[in-house]
Amino acid sequence: MMEFFNRLFPRNKSKNVAKERLKLVLMGDRGVSPEVLEKIKGEIIGVLSKYIEIEDNELDFKIANTENEDGTAIVPALVANIPIRRIKK
Amino acid sequence: MAEVIVVTSGKGGVGKTTTTSNIGAALSSMGKKVVLVDTDIGLRNLDLVMGLENRVVFNLVDVIEGSCKLQSALVKDKRFENLYLLPAAQTKDKDAINEEQMKKLCEELKSDFDYIILDCPAGIEQGFKNAVAGADRAIVVTTPEVSAVRDADKIIGMLTAHGVTEYKLLVNRVRVDMVKRGDMIGLEDIIDILGIKLIGVVPDDENIIISTNRGEPAVLNEKSKPAEAYKNVAKRIMGIDVPLMDLEEKGGIFSAIKRIFGK
Repeated sequence: MMEFFNRLFPRNKSKNVAKERLKLVLMGDRGVSPEVLEKIKGEIIGVLSKYIEIEDNELDFKIANTENEDGTAIVPALVANIPIRRIKK
Repeated sequence: MAEVIVVTSGKGGVGKTTTTSNIGAALSSMGKKVVLVDTDIGLRNLDLVMGLENRVVFNLVDVIEGSCKLQSALVKDKRFENLYLLPAAQTKDKDAINEEQMKKLCEELKSDFDYIILDCPAGIEQGFKNAVAGADRAIVVTTPEVSAVRDADKIIGMLTAHGVTEYKLLVNRVRVDMVKRGDMIGLEDIIDILGIKLIGVVPDDENIIISTNRGEPAVLNEKSKPAEAYKNVAKRIMGIDVPLMDLEEKGGIFSAIKRIFGK
């Protein structure tokens, strides 16, 4: 019975959970460290600031687990929430 | 032509010492002259795993400090034609030697042996740095567990940083039944995650514990799966192309029937 369920819901298999967790943790280990993330953030803000004014205090910038498009796997994604104060003319 | 190979992993308990002892025994049984160096100073174990613990007189630190000759510290394994052990010191610590001294020792051993295999301590501190200093290439040992794979990834990065650019992966303690069930990370996944080439796969097998209990390398037990796996690794080290072995259990009624009817 468990086998049957596992086949229906392959994501529940513990090896897939292990794989996804490993991929995420290794990304942090390999260099998308808080410092690197801070650098990426700074550079992106730099580019955006040429065209829009940004609400600096409410910036949210992180790497998070997200479902991929067809919902079959959890993948790491760069999630940025950048509130706009106004568009520059 | 002599080569220095370091067996490393980052994480402890994944089978570095067992791997070192078996690869050494396998290479020696194929006619190579081999010395195994236990670089785990303070936590000496390779002698015990190989069953040579009662014959240790001098050790690695004695040789490096010059208090004995290299030849007198080498313990010959009488079961194999050309297999020697250079034991670690048990009462010193990792800082008793440095990278330059290890490099020099490796160079000295190269003139006498075909293969110098270094059993690296767990961790990423001085002991690791000493062990990789004189190495030409590395075997990174891991098991299909998240912690071991993560540490292997870290070690791969550190090898490159320390100038060892040739390294291959050995996946130890694989349980085919669990992989099939979906409860153990498979070989392809580990290779995919770590992005390095494979040198061998060793199945989880109770014969390893039994051999270690007796102080005999598992390769002496001709019929065991790990023996076959380690011999394959030895052949690949020698540059012989051998396909990955079938890890499936040969025993059991079902497979017996399959064999009889030719599948």
